Amino acid sequence: MSLEPGLSQQTISVVQEQTKSKKSFNVDLQTDAMLQVDISDALSERDKVKFTVHTKSTLPNFKQNEFSVVRQHEEFIWLHDSFVENEEYAGYIIPPAPPRPDFDASREKLQKLGEGEGSMTKEEFTKMKQELEAEYLAIFKKTVAMHEVFLCRVAAHPVLRKDLNFHVFLEYNQDLSVRGKNKKEKLEDFFKNVVKSADGVLVAGVKDVDDFFEHEKTFLLEYHNRVKDASAKSDRMIRSHKNAADDINRIASSLYTLGTQDSTDLCKYEQMLSLNLTWSCLHKIEARIAADEDLKLADLLKYYLRESQAAKDLLYRRSRALVDYENANKALDKARAKNRDVLQAETSQQLCCHKFEKISESAKQELIDFKTRRVAAFRKNLVELAELELKHAKGNLQLLQGCLGILKGNT
Amino acid sequence: MKSDSPLFLVAQDLTLFCICVNVQSQPASLAAEDISTNSNGPKQDSLFDDDPEDLFAEATEEVSLDSPERDVLLSDGPSPAITPITPPTSVITPRIGHTHDDMFTHSSFDEIEEEEGGDSFDIHISVSDPEKVGDGMNAYMAYKVTTKTSISLFKRNEFAVKRRFSDFLGLHSKLASKYLHIGYIVPPAPEKSIVGMTKVKVGKEDQSSNEFVEKRRSALERYLMRTVKHPILLKDPDVLQFLESSELPRAVSTQALSSAGLLRMVNKAADAVNKMTIKMNESDAWFEEKQQHFENLDVQLRKLHTSVESLVCHRKELSVNTAQFAKSAAMLGNSEDHTALSRALSQLAEVEEKIDQLHQDQANADFYLFSELLGDYVRLLTAVKGVFDHRMKTWQKWQDSQMLLQKKREAEAKLQFTNKPDKLQQAKDEIKELEGKVQQGERDFEQISKTIRKEVSRFEKERVKDFKTIIIKYLESLVQTQQQLIKYWEAFLPEAKAIS
Repeated sequence: MSLEPGLSQQTISVVQEQTKSKKSFNVDLQTDAMLQVDISDALSERDKVKFTVHTKSTLPNFKQNEFSVVRQHEEFIWLHDSFVENEEYAGYIIPPAPPRPDFDASREKLQKLGEGEGSMTKEEFTKMKQELEAEYLAIFKKTVAMHEVFLCRVAAHPVLRKDLNFHVFLEYNQDLSVRGKNKKEKLEDFFKNVVKSADGVLVAGVKDVDDFFEHEKTFLLEYHNRVKDASAKSDRMIRSHKNAADDINRIASSLYTLGTQDSTDLCKYEQMLSLNLTWSCLHKIEARIAADEDLKLADLLKYYLRESQAAKDLLYRRSRALVDYENANKALDKARAKNRDVLQAETSQQLCCHKFEKISESAKQELIDFKTRRVAAFRKNLVELAELELKHAKGNLQLLQGCLGILKGNT
Repeated sequence: MKSDSPLFLVAQDLTLFCICVNVQSQPASLAAEDISTNSNGPKQDSLFDDDPEDLFAEATEEVSLDSPERDVLLSDGPSPAITPITPPTSVITPRIGHTHDDMFTHSSFDEIEEEEGGDSFDIHISVSDPEKVGDGMNAYMAYKVTTKTSISLFKRNEFAVKRRFSDFLGLHSKLASKYLHIGYIVPPAPEKSIVGMTKVKVGKEDQSSNEFVEKRRSALERYLMRTVKHPILLKDPDVLQFLESSELPRAVSTQALSSAGLLRMVNKAADAVNKMTIKMNESDAWFEEKQQHFENLDVQLRKLHTSVESLVCHRKELSVNTAQFAKSAAMLGNSEDHTALSRALSQLAEVEEKIDQLHQDQANADFYLFSELLGDYVRLLTAVKGVFDHRMKTWQKWQDSQMLLQKKREAEAKLQFTNKPDKLQQAKDEIKELEGKVQQGERDFEQISKTIRKEVSRFEKERVKDFKTIIIKYLESLVQTQQQLIKYWEAFLPEAKAIS
C-alpha cells in the first residue's frame, strides 16, 4: 500500500519539545500535522504507572482538536493486541508493545538500603539513597519514553493511525475496562505461542518464489538472533559498569570517613579531602559511562530486538498466507479433478490469493521502511554515543588533571 | 607513670642510647650508660666514634639476656651467624669502622636524628626473575634480590643475591624477635599461601599461578623496601646479610607445620589471653588516644580494602563482558546488510575490544596499586598494635617486680625481729636485686614508650606519603586511560557519521 501523498519518508527524529525537553527517541518517525500524540505526564503509584496521553489532531473523527486521557500499561497492551489480532493488518509490521514498567529491582534496592541504614554512616546512606533515587528516575523516564514511542509509531503509520481502537484509546476519557489477562488467558496465550512457533518452523521451510522475501527471511532470522545476543551482552556490560561505579561510591565515602577521623593533623586532613574528591570524581566517571552506554546502546538494541521480532511476525504471516494459498490451489485442483465443490474451492482459493497478495504488497514496503528506520536509528544513536563518550572522556580528563594538580601541589 | 622529659631521664640515670651518626658527620653524642645490673657488671665509659664515614657509634644492648619475654619471642633461637645481644665486655674496645659480621649492637634515635631521617636515604631494592628451582613438592621459587645504593653501609653500590620465600620469612622472624618487644614497628612479611605455592610446585603454568607469583614478587619487594626504609632496621646485621651474602642458612623454623610454628601458635594464643587480663592505668593520654586512633584506622582500612577488592573483581568482570559484547557487535555487523552500518558496527566492535583491554589494565592498576597497599597497611597495623601490647607487657613486668619488692620488704621487716642473720642478709640481698629489677623495669617501660612515640610519628608520616604516592600514580594511570578512550572514540565518530 502506498503512502499517502504529501508525506515523505524523511528521517526526522521526534523530539517532543513542546512538552518535555529530554525525550529523543531511538526510532525515526514522521511527524504529521494531522495527528500528534505524546505522553505529557506520568505518575508512578505503588504498583502501576498512570500515563497522560495527550493528542493534537485535525482529523475529523475527533470531537476536539486537543485532548488528554489517562491510560495504564494494560491498556497499551490491549491496543497492541487488537492490532495483532486484526486480520486486516496482517500485512504490516505492528509496532512492538512497550515493555511493562519494572521498578521491582529498584524498589528492592531501596528497601535493602533502608534496612541496612544502621550499618553505614550518614554520608554513605545519603549518597547511596541519591544514587538509587536517580536510578529509579531513569527507569521511570525510560518507560515513559517506550510507551510514547509506541503511540507515535502507530500515529505515524498511514493505516494504523486510522484504526478505531486507536481513536478510542486516545479519546475515550473513561476507563477502558481492560483488565489484564487472567491465568487462563495467559495459559491460552502461551499455548498459542507454542503452536505459532512450531508452525513458524514448518512454514519457514517453504521456499519463497520471491527473492526479496527469501532474502529478507534469512536476513531477519539471523539478525534477530544476533540483536538478541548483543542486547543481552550489552546489558551485562552495563551492569558490571554500574557495579564498579557503586564500589567507587563506597570507597569515596570510606575515604571521607577516614579523612574526617584523621582531622587531628591538618595537613593529613587536606590530603584525605583531596583523596575523597578524587574518588568522587572517579565515581562520576564510571557512572556517566554506564549511563551513556545504557541510553544509547542498550535501549537501541532492545528496541530493535522487538522490532525485528515484529518484522519476523510479518514474514510469518505472509508465509502462512502463502502456504494457505498453495493449499487452496491444491484443494481447487483436487476439487476440479473430482468435480465436486468446485465453486467452494474456487472462492476459498480466490480469498487466499487475495489475502496473500495484499500482504505481500504491503509487506515489501514495510520491510523496506523497517530497514531505513533501522539504519537511521543506529546511525543516530551510534553518533550520539560516540559524541557523549568523547564529551565525558574529555571532561573526565580535565577533572583528573585538576585532582592531580591539587595532590601534587599539596606536598 | 612519670613523664619522660629529658631532664628527668638524665636525673634518673636511665640508659640513653647512642645516636647513629649520619653522613653529615655529626659527632655522636653519647651519654654515660648504665648497664642493668642484671646482665653484666662493669659500667661503660662514654665511647666516642667521630669518624664521619662511620654511620655507627657504639652502644650497648639494653635488653638483658634472660628477660622472659625474649625467650617467648625467640622461638627459633638466635640466628646462627649473629647473636643480637652483645656481652658488654667485648664492646669496651672502641671500634673505628665496622664489620657487620661482628657482634653488632643496635642503636636508636634521638630527636636530632629524626629530622634528617629520610633525606639521605638512598637505597632501592628490586625483587625480580622468579625462577622455579627443583621439582615436585620440594620445588621452590627463587627470586633475585637486587640492591642499588650509595649508602656506605654496604660493601658495594650494586649487588644481587638469590633468595627464596622462607628466607624472607626467616628475616622477618629474626627482626621481630629483636625489635618488636622494645617498641619498633617491624614490617610484617608477606603471607604464606599453601594453595598458591602448591600450584606452582605442581607445575601448573596457567594464568592464576602466574598471577600468584607476580603478586608474591611484588609483595616481597614492598616488604624489603619498607624494612630498609626504617633507619634502625636498615643497619641490622641480619638485614645486611640478607641483602648481601650469597649464601644464607635455611630458616626451617618458618615452616607452618614445624614444631617452631606450633610453638608460635601456642604463644600467640597465650599472648591473647594475657592481653585480656592486663589492666594498665594509662597515665599518658597520648597512648590511649593513639591506640584508639589505630583501632579506628584498622576498621576503616579493612572496610576500604574490601571495597577495593570488590572493585577489582567487578572491573575484571567488566572487562570480560566488554569483550563478549565486542564479539556480539561484530556478529551483528556481519549480518547487517546495509554496508555502511555494517562497517560502523564492526568498528564499534573493535573500539569495544580495545576498551576491554583498557579495563583489564585498569583492574591491574586497581589491584597492584591500591588493594595490595591497603592489605599491607592492614597487616602493618597489626604490628603497630603489637607494639602497644608489648608496652603493656613491659608495664606489667615492672609492676610485678614492684609488687614482689614490696612483699620482700615486708618479709624483711618481719625477719628483723627474728634472730636469723643469714636469712636477713639473704633477704637484704634479694631486696637489692629486686630494687635493681624495679628500676630496670621502669627504665624499660619509659624507653619503650619513647620509642613508640617516635615510631608512631614515623609510621604516620610514611603512611600519608605512601598513600599519596600511590594515589598520584593511580590518577596518572587513569589520565592515560581517558586519553586513550578519547583517541578511540574520535576514530570511531567519522565512521558512525558516514552511515547514510
